[in-house]
Amino acid sequence: MYNLIGAGLIVIGAGIGLGQIGGKAMESIARQPEAAGKIQTAMIIIGALLEGLAFGALILGK
Amino acid sequence: MLVKQTTKIIAILVFLMTSVSAFAISGVPDDQHQEGGGDKVDTPEEIKAYISHHLKDSHDFHLYTNHETGTHVGFPLPVIVWTSEGLKTFMSSEFHHDDNGQVIVNKDGVQLTKIHSKIYELAPGADAVVFDDHHHAENAHKVLDFSITKSVFGMLLTGILMLLGFVALAKGYKKGAIPTGFSRVLEPLVIYVRDEIARPNIGEKKYKKFMSFLLTVFFFIWILNLLGLTPLGFNVTGQIAVTTCLAIFTVVIYLFSGTKDFWGHTLWMPGVPYILRPILAVIELIGFVVIKPFSLLVRLFANITAGHFVVMTLIALMITMKEAFGPAVSTGMSLVLSLFIMVIEILVAFLQAFIFTMLSSLFIGMAVEEHDHH
Amino acid sequence: MDQLLNDFSPGLFFMQAILLLILIVLMKKFAWKPILEALQTREDGIKDALDAAQNAKLELENLQADNEKLLQEARMERETLLKDARDIKAKMIEEAKDEAETQANKMIEQAQVAIESEKKSAMVELKKQVADLSLEIAEKVVRTELSSKDKQLELVETMLAEKSLN
Repeated sequence: MYNLIGAGLIVIGAGIGLGQIGGKAMESIARQPEAAGKIQTAMIIIGALLEGLAFGALILGK
Repeated sequence: MLVKQTTKIIAILVFLMTSVSAFAISGVPDDQHQEGGGDKVDTPEEIKAYISHHLKDSHDFHLYTNHETGTHVGFPLPVIVWTSEGLKTFMSSEFHHDDNGQVIVNKDGVQLTKIHSKIYELAPGADAVVFDDHHHAENAHKVLDFSITKSVFGMLLTGILMLLGFVALAKGYKKGAIPTGFSRVLEPLVIYVRDEIARPNIGEKKYKKFMSFLLTVFFFIWILNLLGLTPLGFNVTGQIAVTTCLAIFTVVIYLFSGTKDFWGHTLWMPGVPYILRPILAVIELIGFVVIKPFSLLVRLFANITAGHFVVMTLIALMITMKEAFGPAVSTGMSLVLSLFIMVIEILVAFLQAFIFTMLSSLFIGMAVEEHDHH
Repeated sequence: MDQLLNDFSPGLFFMQAILLLILIVLMKKFAWKPILEALQTREDGIKDALDAAQNAKLELENLQADNEKLLQEARMERETLLKDARDIKAKMIEEAKDEAETQANKMIEQAQVAIESEKKSAMVELKKQVADLSLEIAEKVVRTELSSKDKQLELVETMLAEKSLN
């Protein structure tokens, strides 16, 4: 039960983080469309790092 | 030409092997109770068990089970285990699709049984597995299992596919500078890995040394991820042992190719008060040796496992929602949702291969970087 | 976590490590190395070709500039040559004129000298002849005229008159 609550919290945190990353990336792309490729790559890397963190926490709690 | 013929021959062989083995096994009726993979699946508990069975590695190549006659279609794979009496090999068909420690195989005095896709060796003298309250075997221990399991089979298949495809591409260059046929699809992928992943992250000077590893890992993960989406039901990159191995390869590579600058920055960070330096060194070292590989392996494992879990759960919707909405609506819902997730999973299959390679090259790039300024 | 550790199969890990190692080695030998080399050669070839084209273009431009320059130079040279020739011609004519003049002057001078000397010698000869002739005449006259006294006197007088005429 507590595991599930923890997992929910983790997912909320990860969701907020991913939303921030994605939103800012979109803003940057809108501001500088010529840098879209670089921004996307950076976004994916940061997203992946965050994902690793979230999955790590989920697995440790499992 | 040769490659084409070889491909054809292998395709025919695989097809023949599948059908022959399926035919050979299909005669064996299954009257044992099974927790997953065998019986009719129509309650939530059974669905859960079925999914968890799928997510695990298995010792035979199981395609489907006919419940009317109780026969399994698929083919057995060789079991190679290191027991207290040495190496033992036999075909997994000797377990008769049992996964609960009911069937005990006796090999020269060593009694082996399979519980939840793991092979156990019974203590000497015992003739049946005794379970405790948590369904753990009391009088048996796990053995080192070098079997050609479904995952190993998948890896072999991937290796063969990669060799066929890329050796054909390599040979194509001898005929002309521009590849033809399927190689045309592969060439841009190789260029993509080189120009978008390796070059910007590792640096123009040193990237060549790591290309073989990065390319192999990229295509290995990608093809295995895609194989996992086929009805063959591979779940190779969802095995934690596999992703651990991949991550450890990356760690070994970047630790062994680390430059003096890298070690200097890691162990004795310049520009920081002297009291803090040992603490930072410990943190950095843990980061490079534990956290980075851990995040690499967990990300791949969790993404693929979660993907398989979601797809299978959505497919199971047609059973779990049948009573609430009726068969037509539940089937339609399940189809639409699982199709949607499947499309995302195809993207994820590429994305995870990309991210694994990307982060590997990023870490390698950190390790081989040379600083001119101090 | 416990479940994950339980799921971790050392055997699978070992098999994966061996397979991946073999795969990396095989792929490196039979696929990646030739592929990457071929790609590199192709890219280098394209780059070289582009560079060569650029160089050829530059060379052509240089060549054209050179040609222009050469033409200009040739034109200049012709001009100078022509000018020189004209100058030389004028000079030669001048010189020839001078030469001719001096030559002519010299010849005239020589001729005058020769004429003078001829005249002188002719004069001497003439004088001699005249002297001889006068002597002869004088002899003959003397012989004939001196037969009479009157005649002798007359003769002397006429001769004297004649002499003074001379």
